[in-house]
Amino acid sequence: MSHAKLFMIRAPLSPTSRTLFAVLSFALPLLVWCAVSYVPWIWHPMVVVSDPGSVSYFKDGMRVPRETFDREVVTAKQSGGAVPSGHPANPVYLPAPHQVVAALYTSFTTPPQTRDGKWLHESLWQSVQIIFWGFLISSLIGVPLGILCGAYSGISRTTEPFTEFFRYLPAPAFGALAVAILGIYDGPKIAIIVIGTLFQQILVIANTTRTLDYPLVEAAMTLGTKRRQMLPRVVIPAMMPAIFRDQRILLGWAWTYLIVAELIGTSSGITWFITQQARYQNFPNVYAAIIIIGILGLTTDLVLAYLGKRLFTWDRTGQTR
Amino acid sequence: MDKLVSSPSYLDQSAAVRERFDRLKEREVILSVRNLNKVFSANGRETVALRDVSFATHRREFLCVIGSSGCGKSTLVRILAGLETQTSGEVLVEGKPVEGPGRDRGMVFQTYTLFPWLTVKKNVMFGLEVNNAGRSEAEAQALQWLDLVGLSKFADSYPYQLSGGMKQRVAIVRALANQPRVLLMDEPFGALDAQTRAKMQAHLLEIWRKIDITIVFITHDLDEAIFLADRILVLKPHPGEVIEMIEVPVPRPRHERQVTSEEFLATRRRLDELIHAPTSHAQDEEDEAGLHAALARLTDVTDNVE
Ligand SMILES: Nc1ncnc2c1ncn2[C@@H]1O[C@H](COP(=O)(O)OP(=O)(O)OP(=O)(O)O)[C@@H](O)[C@H]1O
Ligand SMILES: [Mg+2]
Repeated sequence: MSHAKLFMIRAPLSPTSRTLFAVLSFALPLLVWCAVSYVPWIWHPMVVVSDPGSVSYFKDGMRVPRETFDREVVTAKQSGGAVPSGHPANPVYLPAPHQVVAALYTSFTTPPQTRDGKWLHESLWQSVQIIFWGFLISSLIGVPLGILCGAYSGISRTTEPFTEFFRYLPAPAFGALAVAILGIYDGPKIAIIVIGTLFQQILVIANTTRTLDYPLVEAAMTLGTKRRQMLPRVVIPAMMPAIFRDQRILLGWAWTYLIVAELIGTSSGITWFITQQARYQNFPNVYAAIIIIGILGLTTDLVLAYLGKRLFTWDRTGQTR
Repeated sequence: MDKLVSSPSYLDQSAAVRERFDRLKEREVILSVRNLNKVFSANGRETVALRDVSFATHRREFLCVIGSSGCGKSTLVRILAGLETQTSGEVLVEGKPVEGPGRDRGMVFQTYTLFPWLTVKKNVMFGLEVNNAGRSEAEAQALQWLDLVGLSKFADSYPYQLSGGMKQRVAIVRALANQPRVLLMDEPFGALDAQTRAKMQAHLLEIWRKIDITIVFITHDLDEAIFLADRILVLKPHPGEVIEMIEVPVPRPRHERQVTSEEFLATRRRLDELIHAPTSHAQDEEDEAGLHAALARLTDVTDNVE
C-alpha cells in the first residue's frame, strides 16, 4: 500500500490495511483517553488526599482542586502543622479506562440501590424493546408508504409535502401529548420513536425508490408485465438492497430518539439507569452504560450488514469500496 | 474503367434472390406502419422526430432500419414497442392496432436491461411467469432457450457475472421465450467490440432461421444492416423520413466472406450515397458549421497536428 494509492479516490484497501485502519479507529480515541487518565502531567486539575495532615476539613480519599490543596500545604508549612499529602487526579466525571472496564463487569453484578430499582440488564432489555417496537411500527408504515411514493407520482404528491412539513416538528415536543393519550408507561415512548423516525423514513425510502433504473421497468413492460405486477415483480426486488441499507441508517436514527423517549412519563430503561448512577456520582457506571449502548448499536449494524450481504449476493453497489 | 461503368447495381437480383423475395412477399403482413408522425415538444420547442413513415413487414422477415444519429430510429422502435405514443398514424400488428407494450412484441435494448436480482434462468422465465405460465413449465422452456444460445452452463449465474455479449444473448432469449410475433432490437450490439459483434450477428441469424419470428433491427452500422437484413429501411434526419426501402440482393445463407461480394459492395455503395448524401444533411452541416465557429483555438498557433 503506497502513499500515492492511499489518497486515490475510492481506491480499494488490502485486507490487512482494512483491518489495521478499523483497529486504529478505535485505538486512537482510546489512546487519547489513556493519556489523559494515566499521564499525571496531562490535565489532572484535582488532587486526591491520601493523608489529611493538619488540615481539619481534609479527609482521606477527598478530591479537592489543586489550588486549594497547594494553598493548604503552604498554610500547614507556615503554621508548622503536619503537611497533607495526595496525588494528582482528574475530576470525578472522567474515570480512567480501567475503572470503566471494571464497571462494565460490576454494573451487571451490582444489585439495584433501591428496592423498586432494576438491574442493568433489565434496564437494557426495556430499552431494546422500546426501540424494537418503535422501529417496527415506523417501518410497517414507512417502508410500504415510501415505496408507493417512489413508484407513483400521485401518492407522492399527496403524501410528501405534508411529510416534509411534519419532519421539522421536533419529536420530543409531542411528549406531553403522547403521555396524555397513551399513558405513562411504554406507549408514549414508542410513539416518540415512531414520530422521530417515520417521517424521515417515508422521504428517504421514497427517494431511494425513485433511483430505480427506468429501462428495467420498460423491459418488464415489453415482456408483458401488467401494472399490478410491476411493484412486486420489479420495483421492490430491484430496490431491496438499497432500502435495506436505508433501514440500517434509520435504525441508528431511532436509537438517538431513545434517550428523549425514555425521559417521558416514568423514566425507564437505560436512561433511568444512567440518571440514577449519575445521581450517586457513580460515573464509571454511567460510562459503562453508554459504551454498552454503543456496542449494542454497532453489533446490530454489523449483523444487519452481514445479513444484507448474504441476502443480496447480486448487489454490486459499493463493491470497489 | 469499362468494368467500373458496368459495375452491378444493388437493384440487380439473382434468380434465387428474386424468388426468395417473391416468397417473402407472399407471406402475410405481420407489422404494418401507416403515416406515422411523432412530434416531441419540450420547453416550448417542437422536434419533429418522425414524419409520415409508412412500411410493412412480412412474417419471418428480417428488417433493418438505418439512418444517422438523431434521425428517429429509437423513437420509431419505441413506438412499435408501445413505450412511446405516436402523434398521429397507426401501427398494426397482425391487423390489431398497438396500444401500449404487449407480449406480442419483444424488445432488446442497447443498454443492458437484464434484471440484476434474478439469475439468468429466472430472467428468461420472467416473461412466461408474468403471463401466468406454471413455474416448472416456464423453467423447462427457459432451459431450452438457454441451450439454443449455448448458455446452459450459466443458468444459475447472475447477470453481473456475464460478459456484454452473453448479457445480450440472454436478453434476446428472454424476449423470445414469450413467443412474440415481432422482435424489436434497438442497436443491441452497439456496445460490443467488433469480434463479439460478428459472433452475435451470426448467432442472431441462426436463431432467426430456427424459429417463426419477424425481426426489426435498428443499427447505424451499414455492414451490419446488409449482413443481417432481407430489406433495409433507410431514414433521413430532421425530420425522420423514409428515403428508401432497399431489398438486399446478397443471397442467403449469409457468411462473412460475402462482405467482398459484388452484391454486397453495390448495396454498400448505395447506402453510403443515401446516408452521406449532402442534400439530406443540410441540418447537420449547419450544426457542424456552428461547432467550428464555437470552437476557439486552444493551442499555440505554431503547435499544429495536421
Ligand atoms: N423524449 C424526447 N423529448 C424530446 N425530444 C426527443 C425525445 N426523444 C428523442 N427526441 C428527439 O427526437 C429525435 C430522434 O431521436 P432518436 O433517439 O429516435 O434518434 P436515433 O435515430 O435513435 O439516434 P441515435 O442513433 O443517436 O440513437 C432527436 O432529434 C431527439 O433529439
Ligand atoms: Mg437510438
